[in-house]
Amino acid sequence: MTEALLIVAHGSHLNPRSSAPAQDHADAIRAAGAFDEVREAYWKEEPSLRNALRTVTADEVYVVPLFVSEGYFTEEVIPRELRLDFDAADWDSDGTSADAVTCRPSDVDKTVHYCGPVGTHDAMTDVIVRRAETVTGDPEVGEGVGLAVVGHGTKRNENSAKAVEYHADRVRSRGRFDEVRALFMDEAPEIDDVTDHFGSADIVVVPLFVADGYHTQEDIPADMGIAGDDGTYAVPARLDGHAVWYAGAIGTEPLMADVILERAADAGAAVHPPDRTPTATADGD
Amino acid sequence: MAATDAPTPGEALREAAHDGVDFDGLRAARTDDGFRFAVPEASHEGLSPEEFTEVTRDHRPYVDNWLFWHGHAPQADAEWAFLRWVERAADLSVPARYERLRDGLTREWGQVAVTARLTEDGRRRYEVRHVDETDAARDDLSAYADPYEARRLRKVDDDGDYRPLSTAPTLPHGWAFVDLDATGVVRAVDGLYPATIANWHREREGALDVTHWHETVSRQTGIYGVVETWDRGEGHDHVNWVAEACCDDSQCLKRREWDYDAETPLDVDGGNGEFPCREPCSLVVATARTWTRLESERARTYEFELTPSEKAQVEAIIDAVADGRIAEIRDGDTRDGANRFRTRYLRAKLFDDDGNLCGVPTDGDDA
Repeated sequence: MTEALLIVAHGSHLNPRSSAPAQDHADAIRAAGAFDEVREAYWKEEPSLRNALRTVTADEVYVVPLFVSEGYFTEEVIPRELRLDFDAADWDSDGTSADAVTCRPSDVDKTVHYCGPVGTHDAMTDVIVRRAETVTGDPEVGEGVGLAVVGHGTKRNENSAKAVEYHADRVRSRGRFDEVRALFMDEAPEIDDVTDHFGSADIVVVPLFVADGYHTQEDIPADMGIAGDDGTYAVPARLDGHAVWYAGAIGTEPLMADVILERAADAGAAVHPPDRTPTATADGD
Repeated sequence: MAATDAPTPGEALREAAHDGVDFDGLRAARTDDGFRFAVPEASHEGLSPEEFTEVTRDHRPYVDNWLFWHGHAPQADAEWAFLRWVERAADLSVPARYERLRDGLTREWGQVAVTARLTEDGRRRYEVRHVDETDAARDDLSAYADPYEARRLRKVDDDGDYRPLSTAPTLPHGWAFVDLDATGVVRAVDGLYPATIANWHREREGALDVTHWHETVSRQTGIYGVVETWDRGEGHDHVNWVAEACCDDSQCLKRREWDYDAETPLDVDGGNGEFPCREPCSLVVATARTWTRLESERARTYEFELTPSEKAQVEAIIDAVADGRIAEIRDGDTRDGANRFRTRYLRAKLFDDDGNLCGVPTDGDDA
């Protein structure tokens, strides 16, 4: 019995960087030899979700959405387009606790283990911390530093904010950073007033987005007020007497590949070799 | 080459003969009076194991061919069928095929050329290039060994513009995937043109699951849910225009197999592509969303005064944009209606300060 990993992501008709994280993580996982087959599929790019499962040879497919929160895409679009006999109630999720459901797609004779999104997995907390380390260049970053975890936030989907708050709470509970806040683009508390939320001189800002694009490279820097006339920003940027270390989309962090594998392993995948992951072992809790 | 414990091709065939072999003209079997070996040019009965192995040496192409397809080629149906298609296995006998494989046998898959070559041990190595560059010197191309790089390579065209549609006829030039094995060449082609092999194979097997326009737009939700309202029970001209705009061979190399619905074929040509398109893609659906909004407007009558040449020029400009010809029009070629200076003159003469053609407002008094 062979097993395949299918990473599903949004993709874009306009932004070539949108699919880069899914491709990069797929390559890292393939290079680590963790799965017999590693494939990607996209809502807006190719292979489309509709055509993806037929490109897989294995009988068992672990489908991991490279999305930050549960909601419209993970509950409706992805299972519908993959033709899974899936009901969101099967996940029995409180908004951040979806794990995995075993399904039968209607167009291929395979077993699909449909996993919750990477964004709500506990291991994402480690990725946020890692991102703070990489953007500051300080593997011990935390003391005297405030951390803002930033989400899109939308009134249409309360789970969008839940995932951000979930990880902010988890980072805060570790006591590593002086202050931890969940901030949003489209709902309160807003990223526009980022320095109002922190007393620390240094503020690390980590956007919980999969890919770098319009939101992470234009909207958020402009909203915070760190973007120059040409739209670029310095790292760190000086703002209201603070140093703002803006990290860019967390989805590009190499450690994300480990979260994808954790999702699949939680769903029963025989990730091999079991003690080897694409990156160094996550600093866990 | 270092000696290994692996059986020779002859030994492997002798082992398989116990179950009977019948492949590409080669027959081998274990019978009551010994082994049987037959190819179109020769037939031997009652062979001892040693004689059988001896005979296989005289017909190596047949034996190597059998071993390659059963021991080395990927055993997934679609991939196997594609690789057989590449070397025209259905049309060429083994000796004829091996003769041509020595020099390299090339087939075109959209803008992708796949070349299979024979190795000394009777297997194949593959090279993948742009069809325009099959004869280019390899030194003039960037060589890639990792077939997964094809996914990245296809993302931009020769001008560096993003290609969200992999099968647009704008595949970039200047690269070659070299020295690929049978598994690698499938991955490279799938990276350049995702899922084309799988759907091509389904079609050959008579099992292509076509999803037509109406079913596709009926399935949409969220911001695309509105597209369904464009089907107003007033015929399917709008879908003809979508297909003519987006799915023509000049825009996409897949052969459109979907229609309005299973009973209502579209009136425009689906194209001549090697591989099928089994349902409206995400680009078609996203573009249709824009048209759904635009086509909800009612037509109204405007009055413009144009010279005959100006009317023809407006048509020439629309044609040039629709055919992607703008970059080719030379600055000095003022005979072309879409020439930049001709177009700037037209704008200077006919637009008012608000950009209205002939000063006629878009939203008139009856808006």
